[in-house]
Amino acid sequence: MPFETLVAGCLAYVALMFAVAFWADRAAARGRVRWLDHPLVYTLSLSVYCSAWTFYGAVGYASRSGLEFATIYLGPTIVFAGSWWGLRRLVRVARTHHVTSIADLVSARFGKSNPLAALVTLIGVLAATPYIALQLQSVRLSFEVFATARPEDNGAVGGTALWVAVGLALFTILFGTRNLAADERHHGVVTAIALEAVVKLLAFLALGVFVVWGLADGPADIIARIARAAQDPANAEGWQLRPDRWTALNIVSAAAILTLPRMFQVMVIEAADEDRLRMAGWAFPAYLFAMSLFVLPIAVMGHELMPADANPDLYVLTLPDAAGQDMLALLVFLGGFSAATSMVVVSAIALATMISNHWLTPVWLALRKRPADEETEDLRGLVLNSRRLAILAMVGAGWVYHEASGGSTALAAMGLVAFTGVAQVLPAMIGGLLWRGANRFGAYAGVGSGFLLWLVIVYLPSLGIGSPPPLPEGVDPLAFSIFITLAVNSLAFVTCSIFWFPDPVERLQGLSFVSAVEPPRNSSLARGDDRAEPLLAMARRVWGPDPALLFFRAEAAAQGKSGYLPDLTPRFLTRLERRLAGSIGSATAHAMVERAAGRTSLTVADLMQVADEAQRAKEETQRLENASIELARTARQLREANEKLTALSVQKDAFLDQISHELRTPMTSIRAFSEFLSEPDLTDEERRKFAGIIHEEAGRLTRLLDNLLDISVLESGQAQLSVSASNLHDLIGRALTAASATRPERVFGIDRDPISEHVPVITDADRLLQVLINVIANSRKYCDAERPWLRIRVTRRDGAGTQIDIVDNGSGIDAGQQALIFEKFSRLNDPARAGGAGLGLAICREIMLSLGGEISYLPGQGGAAFRISLPARPPVGRGRVAPPEGQA
Amino acid sequence: MPERRLFLERASFRRRRLGDAARVLPVAAALLLLLPVWWLPRAFASAGGVIWIFAFWAVLIVLIWLLHRALIRAEAAIGTADPRADPEADRQGHPGAAARADRRAGARSDPDQDPPDAL
Repeated sequence: MPFETLVAGCLAYVALMFAVAFWADRAAARGRVRWLDHPLVYTLSLSVYCSAWTFYGAVGYASRSGLEFATIYLGPTIVFAGSWWGLRRLVRVARTHHVTSIADLVSARFGKSNPLAALVTLIGVLAATPYIALQLQSVRLSFEVFATARPEDNGAVGGTALWVAVGLALFTILFGTRNLAADERHHGVVTAIALEAVVKLLAFLALGVFVVWGLADGPADIIARIARAAQDPANAEGWQLRPDRWTALNIVSAAAILTLPRMFQVMVIEAADEDRLRMAGWAFPAYLFAMSLFVLPIAVMGHELMPADANPDLYVLTLPDAAGQDMLALLVFLGGFSAATSMVVVSAIALATMISNHWLTPVWLALRKRPADEETEDLRGLVLNSRRLAILAMVGAGWVYHEASGGSTALAAMGLVAFTGVAQVLPAMIGGLLWRGANRFGAYAGVGSGFLLWLVIVYLPSLGIGSPPPLPEGVDPLAFSIFITLAVNSLAFVTCSIFWFPDPVERLQGLSFVSAVEPPRNSSLARGDDRAEPLLAMARRVWGPDPALLFFRAEAAAQGKSGYLPDLTPRFLTRLERRLAGSIGSATAHAMVERAAGRTSLTVADLMQVADEAQRAKEETQRLENASIELARTARQLREANEKLTALSVQKDAFLDQISHELRTPMTSIRAFSEFLSEPDLTDEERRKFAGIIHEEAGRLTRLLDNLLDISVLESGQAQLSVSASNLHDLIGRALTAASATRPERVFGIDRDPISEHVPVITDADRLLQVLINVIANSRKYCDAERPWLRIRVTRRDGAGTQIDIVDNGSGIDAGQQALIFEKFSRLNDPARAGGAGLGLAICREIMLSLGGEISYLPGQGGAAFRISLPARPPVGRGRVAPPEGQA
Repeated sequence: MPERRLFLERASFRRRRLGDAARVLPVAAALLLLLPVWWLPRAFASAGGVIWIFAFWAVLIVLIWLLHRALIRAEAAIGTADPRADPEADRQGHPGAAARADRRAGARSDPDQDPPDAL
């Protein structure tokens, strides 16, 4: 393929990337982020994990070490298998705290400590520089593959790495530092990277299909060839899997997917919410699977078809080139180019944020020491410029390193060296998210010791400085260094955490991180409205004038104030600090707010106050819940009472008709017969008869009025009780005799249990007798059975009085009426059975209440059933008392 | 009303158990990935080992997909998360539970916030 075609294709591709990023940024600025926010774009952007080291290097790795290359992809797959609870929680916590980078996360968790963030940044920078150099080298090597065919092009290749570096720095500065957005999202970059991910995948799959079905004879043939290669004595040593290396590499790649600054950037910072991990949870492992499916086939075919001295790292390019597949070779070249550039761009953004937030800005602020023009200083420009500077520095350092190392093959090992380095952050990160006891001292000890060990036994030897420690025969240096650094790191982290007492800020943050809740409000602040203005000035310096005013006005409105200066409530300060942290990192934001607000540092007493406030809120909730249950109960009671009242009102109307009628009937007779009496020609017999009728009718009237009087006396609580001891058996006997006068024509079977009836009762015997007579007479009146009978049972309960149950075998009382029968004027709506004025049971109830007992209707006894409950002794004093407890 | 309650409880019970499965899956996957290589390292230097690893990988991806789909459906069945379905509130000591109770009381409402993952 002509070299010019290659260069033209490459330039066209770069132009496309710039256009896509520009278009996506513009669309996002106009609020059209619907498509850009799709979980698929997020998932594809995660593929920045597959750098050129894996695109080209996986095949080389596989041809040297067989299946071991797969560990680099299998570790992340395991992590994503747990994404539902693990990664989602990480994203949620990071977004709650407006974290800007992995260093910021660790620093925010451990008491907003900037030195810790600076240390993590140092690890990231040291690990990434050779890694970026590796990407530049891969681009240069891939150019060389095509250039070596024509020696006259060799000169043009020399500056490739420089040109690529310049282009990448330009792209990153252009699209990576457009804004100082609080959530640090870069739509343009992410969209471009998602597109590059598609190119990467398509290129690799196309090559794989070509190799399996074009160069070999399908999958069966490929498997046979892999089996032959595995038997090859030349491969016997390398292809043999070693359990210690296998385990160590899986662990370190699983750690790297979490702690690599570029992975943290795309996975956590660029995620709008944790929901996109629902798709990425399976889709990203599927992407990794697809990227590694054809690695071994390509490695085996390359080994068979290429000359023995060919570089296995470049089989992906040399295979299609040698087979004359120019377009395929160009596609693969663009795929490799994509892998290299996306890694460099995202790494540069992530590291530049870290360098700017944790190195440059704090140093700058510390050096300035309150100059006179602080109020007008534009911090926003400062931070953005320091980021641009840091991007230039990172890409530049990569290029310098590449030139200095002379593009040696030693760079190939840098991928794993970087993985091991960033994995040192893992214990502090995981511990900080899961263990409230983890603290700053432990994090310093863990990250620090792991970092130093890594530096001495892995990093510096890989640069040719010093040498790795001598190890006994059979111990694998790589597995040893991974295990020993992580073990020492974790041990130091846990031990020092146990023996150190964290300060209050750290304890608050620990609570918030481990429980994945909002940081509790803290109450320590200086009062006074005049402090809001310096805060506004400070926010203006970071965000620019308009966003700062907007934020302050919204906060003031939320407090119900007009204007731009909200009260310095703990809630406001916490929100302000977290918004600022989204731009300049939590440690710097914390320091700035404290200085501007004059906030005194948090004490243990404040911590207790926060806990108290929360406790009070909890109790308040409990109280409200109880109150609402109480309210529901009252409402139900009210509803019942209302229904009863409505029914009673209907009954009362009917009763008024009835009582008028009852009073009028005797009155009419009396009037009529007294008129007859005034007639002169009456016999004595007639006169006697008429006088008798008048007397009888007057008696009826009197009884009716007596009853009405009786009930009104009882209700007003003025009834006099004459308490004495009597035998219940006798009282029941008397009641039965007296009641037999009611409808004497009916013969009732009486079922009594005399032994149990022989109990003494201390009460007003006449009143009790009245109740018994009334209830029994009621039964006689209303029991509609063919062969009526009456059952009377007495139960005595120790210390709680006596119960008398009177049950007949009639049809009983409807459930709907049971609530009404004890009310005054109530009468079952059956005129045929209406004998009295409907006052009997109402009087019974009043009597029983005045005796300190109760009368109630027992449903479900096979007939009308009444239970009369008597207390052990009558109430002291006159009048009614509440019925005793525990009665039905 | 009683039917609906019963339905809700079933749904959140299922959601919890699926959550347990999501915790077990990575552990089981890690063991299946590491143990065979510890026991039979030689078998993995052949075509059989290659096929085993890739088959394991593909099955794992399908399992993650199925599990996530089931979890999404279970969460949809529950609808808006029931704050009482949060057993972590009882797990932590005094301030943790209290802070969550604080949140529940509606003292603060942040749309970014879900209740913490249930155990």
